[in-house]
Amino acid sequence: MNEQKNLEGFEKIINADKKVEPRDWMPEDYRKHLIRQISQHGHSEIIGMQPEGNWITRAPSLRAKLILLAKVQDEAGHGLYLYSATETLGISREELVEQLQTGKAKYSTIFNYPAVTWADMGTIGWLVDGAAIVNQISLQRTSYGPYSRAMIRICKEESFHQRQGYEIMTHMARGTAEQREMAQDALNRWWWPSLMMFGPHDSNSPNTGKAIRWKIKRDSNDDLRQRFIDKTAKQADVIGLTIPDPKLQWNDERGHYDFGEIDWAEFDRVVKGDGPCNKQRIAHHLKAHKDGAWVREAASVYAAKRAKKAA
Amino acid sequence: MTKQEALFKYTLRLGDNSLILGHRLSEWSSYAPILEEDLALTNIALDLIGRAQALLKYAAEIESKARTEDDLVFKRAERQFLNVLLLEQPNGDFAMTIARQIFNSAFELLLFEELSKSKDEMLASLATKCLKEVKYHWRHAYDWLQRLGDGTDESHARMQKAINDLWMFTGELFEIDEVETILINDAIVIDTRELHDKWLTKISDAIKTATLTHPAEGYMQTGGRIGIHTENLGFILAEMQYLPRAYPDAKW
Ligand SMILES: [Fe+2]
Ligand SMILES: [Fe+2]
Repeated sequence: MNEQKNLEGFEKIINADKKVEPRDWMPEDYRKHLIRQISQHGHSEIIGMQPEGNWITRAPSLRAKLILLAKVQDEAGHGLYLYSATETLGISREELVEQLQTGKAKYSTIFNYPAVTWADMGTIGWLVDGAAIVNQISLQRTSYGPYSRAMIRICKEESFHQRQGYEIMTHMARGTAEQREMAQDALNRWWWPSLMMFGPHDSNSPNTGKAIRWKIKRDSNDDLRQRFIDKTAKQADVIGLTIPDPKLQWNDERGHYDFGEIDWAEFDRVVKGDGPCNKQRIAHHLKAHKDGAWVREAASVYAAKRAKKAA
Repeated sequence: MTKQEALFKYTLRLGDNSLILGHRLSEWSSYAPILEEDLALTNIALDLIGRAQALLKYAAEIESKARTEDDLVFKRAERQFLNVLLLEQPNGDFAMTIARQIFNSAFELLLFEELSKSKDEMLASLATKCLKEVKYHWRHAYDWLQRLGDGTDESHARMQKAINDLWMFTGELFEIDEVETILINDAIVIDTRELHDKWLTKISDAIKTATLTHPAEGYMQTGGRIGIHTENLGFILAEMQYLPRAYPDAKW
């Protein structure tokens, strides 16, 4: 009886396009779906620090170094912010980190690819942050209040990242022959994995139905992917780089770019743990976590001592 | 040595200190014990590299040989870097990083306060701007020194070892040579030797409150300020300079 009333109240919020807040009643499935999605998003920010953090000490100018350092720091901030949003759903940061480390929670497959040259700092900003923005703009309208607000705040920074990445690519595409080659090579390597960031085809996406009905997701995977391709294809043209897809072509009738088939076998393989860096990323996270255990312990013991003294 | 040469070298030393420590702290990115510290350490690294950029730009202007701040960072060799040895020491465990931070930020706090009154307007205004940042760097290091010193047995032991191990690099902070002597006469810089007592009091108090023991006095290492470094610097530069060295014609 009560349950029925609760559900009606919840659906009323959803149907009125209002935000669900932490204090509101919500179906258990809604909560679970959100925990999975927001934490996965948070973990992606955190793991995403690795491929870029790896280049801070090698950035080729002071300006580039400052921009990259600030960017990686932004991502840490995004991770923190998203973890806090997840915590409003009744799960602790420790549990979230454990889920990441044990493989129970996922992060974006894109970060299982290696950042091998400086041009990758360009493509990650341009494509990966670019794809993230398309997704996040859509999620600004998500039904869960804390998640929606996180997206609004994060999006502003992501668009800086996207522009900075594109700027690196522009410099390199217009630079020496070696730089051009490096830029094109990075685009070749990152293009397809960045399309995979939007997830499986709609026909193949088990979580989409409920998520759309509850307005957690506002657009489908394929719609978002198309939006990203339309935007990015033009940007590649402007700086004279070639997107590695012979089927990519403007379709006047559809008003969109047509594009080739994504290698879903590769996607599945990387999701399941056999990407080039899956093991490295988690091992890195575990090492930092393990190496820092004594520091965290000292901090909590010290805090307890202080509290005792104050009492 | 002319006054211009002295000012160039002085500014270069300050710039190199910021650059090298900023480099070290940026190595913590994605490796910190907790996410909040990842943010804090990279934040300090950002302050330092930003400061290095401003100082080295000024140094290049003083030198007037058409070098840019990036030339100074990416195209000088090991023997031409003039940072103190303390700041190029490896991050080690978190305690080692905190020891390096507390020694250096206590020094910078005193130095920049004096430098903000410099007759050289540029140095004075840069120092004034840095002072706010350095106050935070000091606070950050101080708080961690307390937590680690007065935390668990393990953290206490690690923190004690860290201050003991790095102690021999602290003497160099207070050295002066012809460069400073020339500038002291013109009231551009103060005699850093005069800061030593204040620094020692500050550090001793912090160590004591953290329930740690003051390191034993011993021989003080020296050399960085005249470009004779520990073996660490070569590796830092190899990493830092590789792209501009490998692609000398490229602009990024
Ligand atoms: Fe982000
Ligand atoms: Fe980003």
